[in-house]
Amino acid sequence: MSDIQHDTKTSIKMQPNLDRRDFLSKSSIGLAGLTIAPGLMLFDMAHGKAPGDEVSNKVRWGMLIDNNQCESGCNDCVTACNTENGLATPTKPTDAQWIRKVQLKDNLTHKVSSLPMMCQHCEHPPCVDVCPTQASFKRADGIVLVDKHICIGCRYCVMACPYQARSFVHEVLTDQKTEVPRGKGTVESCTLCVHRIDKGETTACAEACSKAGHNAILFGDLNDPESAISKRIRSVTSTQIRSDLGLNTGVRYEGI
Amino acid sequence: MSSASLSRNESRNFYILAALGVFVVFLGYLGMHQMEEHGHIVSGMNNQIVWGLPHVFAIFMIVAASGVLNVGSIGTVFGQAPYKIRTPLAAVIAVGLLSGGLAVLMLDLGRPDRIIVAATHFNPTSVFAWNIFLYSGFFGLAIVYLWTSMEKRMYVWSKPAGFAMFAWRVILTSGTGLIFAFLVVRQAYASALLPPMFIVLSFAWGMAVFLLVQAAMFAWNCKTIDPAILRRMKNLLGLFVISSLYLVAAYHMTNLYFAKQTGFELFILRDGGIYPQLFWGGYVILGSLVPLALLYLPGVGNKSVVAASALVIVGSFALLYVFIIGGQAYPLSIFPGHEVSSSFGDGAIGKYVPSLPELLLGSGGLAIAYLITLIGTRVLNTMPQDVTVVAAKNDA
Repeated sequence: MSDIQHDTKTSIKMQPNLDRRDFLSKSSIGLAGLTIAPGLMLFDMAHGKAPGDEVSNKVRWGMLIDNNQCESGCNDCVTACNTENGLATPTKPTDAQWIRKVQLKDNLTHKVSSLPMMCQHCEHPPCVDVCPTQASFKRADGIVLVDKHICIGCRYCVMACPYQARSFVHEVLTDQKTEVPRGKGTVESCTLCVHRIDKGETTACAEACSKAGHNAILFGDLNDPESAISKRIRSVTSTQIRSDLGLNTGVRYEGI
Repeated sequence: MSSASLSRNESRNFYILAALGVFVVFLGYLGMHQMEEHGHIVSGMNNQIVWGLPHVFAIFMIVAASGVLNVGSIGTVFGQAPYKIRTPLAAVIAVGLLSGGLAVLMLDLGRPDRIIVAATHFNPTSVFAWNIFLYSGFFGLAIVYLWTSMEKRMYVWSKPAGFAMFAWRVILTSGTGLIFAFLVVRQAYASALLPPMFIVLSFAWGMAVFLLVQAAMFAWNCKTIDPAILRRMKNLLGLFVISSLYLVAAYHMTNLYFAKQTGFELFILRDGGIYPQLFWGGYVILGSLVPLALLYLPGVGNKSVVAASALVIVGSFALLYVFIIGGQAYPLSIFPGHEVSSSFGDGAIGKYVPSLPELLLGSGGLAIAYLITLIGTRVLNTMPQDVTVVAAKNDA
């Protein structure tokens, strides 16, 4: 009896603590995963899209704005842009405005109209030409952006933009959106909601205009002959604002 | 009074003047700190007028820096002895002015802490980026020029250095004019006349600054400038002021001739409130016609050179204020043939009131130029010694 007891004690002593080992090995794997995963995610984010899926000049994003459909009193596109990009409602001439409603009165016909005005995402953007540090740049898909990390805030691009589409951040910002980096002392403008486009979505202004039932802003790929925007541009008379400058804008208007 | 106590007095006066300069630089630092801490919200600038009073100060100093070396060029490139003697002084003032101008320009940036980025990310299509090289080259050449004009062993290199400096300065001032001339959509700026206009303006402003510094140095040393030499320099200032007036008139006349520019010209020359007042009262009358009268009216002689030079500088600030701020205040022509309005200043005259931090920053830049000139003229032997020239002329 005592032998049996002794043997049992010995076998208990000799047997490795499987629970503890199991716990240690599993938690080590978990810990390693937790340590490496954010790095892998950052690596993945840094490399952006998968090969073949990256930004390419096969696409040229643009918008066609139908001035006849744009309601004079409606400001939904402006509000949507401000909300999407974390911009405060402008109250001062120092406040940033990425999109604004412009009221027009033809000097000859006295026809009154209104249209949204923003960065025109030119093929030959003057802001990119004059920027001393290449902070202003054009993506392969035609979107004109500002690299907030290398903008020195000289405002030469603001001087060069024919559309008064750029704003300088005059004061400290709070409550920024993580997907829309901004910063005091740098220049910014409409990004064509690049963070939405990269997820396959449309721009906030176009979405808001549709929701309001006006459908005045048509967003799409100007390079795709089958896209709605290309078909519409082929079928109606559209204009580029200050087309005399030869900038080949990505934003077109009809009805002005 | 003994020479020792004279020297003590001189030394004391130097330190008082230097302390004054340091104090104004400190005020400039306070202005810069305000703008750095709170952003440009503390300036009078906004999204319509993005370049303000600091740019007026900076561009005055950069343009005058180039022009002041004209004195040296006339000496080394064109072989005029009285001017050659003045080359070291001109080079010291030029380095001072360029330092002050660049300091203001850099400290007015939205992110002055990133200035190194301007060197690491170079955009070859940007005239701003070209200017970074033009300015640093100017510094280097001015120092070499100073060396070759002061060190006897290097005299042989003085002429090539003078030629290089002359060419560099013409390119640099053209570059400053091109910053504006390349802005094709701004009614005020898109003109090929701007680079030559800036070159001629630089001659007048640089000469005015030089004459003021020279007068101060001679007064400090209780010496009198040879009247014949002063007369030549005064006549040259007059010639530059007339040439500047001519080019400014040509620039506005050509604009007036283009129907699309008429609105802008009427704004600057007649209807724009502060801008026509500064243009006609500040630049044309006070900064050009009165100095010309002081320089050329019979019976005035050399007595009013200092007053005329000071007025030319006053006029230069008035002209730059109208050119830079008035040029932005007039709205962009985005929809020709339409009346426009918006929440972002479309179709409206931009409002701008300069703020104290801007004034302090600009003054701080002037104080940097003043300090470098003050210390440079004391450390280096830049006092023009006209005796040798006068004696040589008499011998001849």
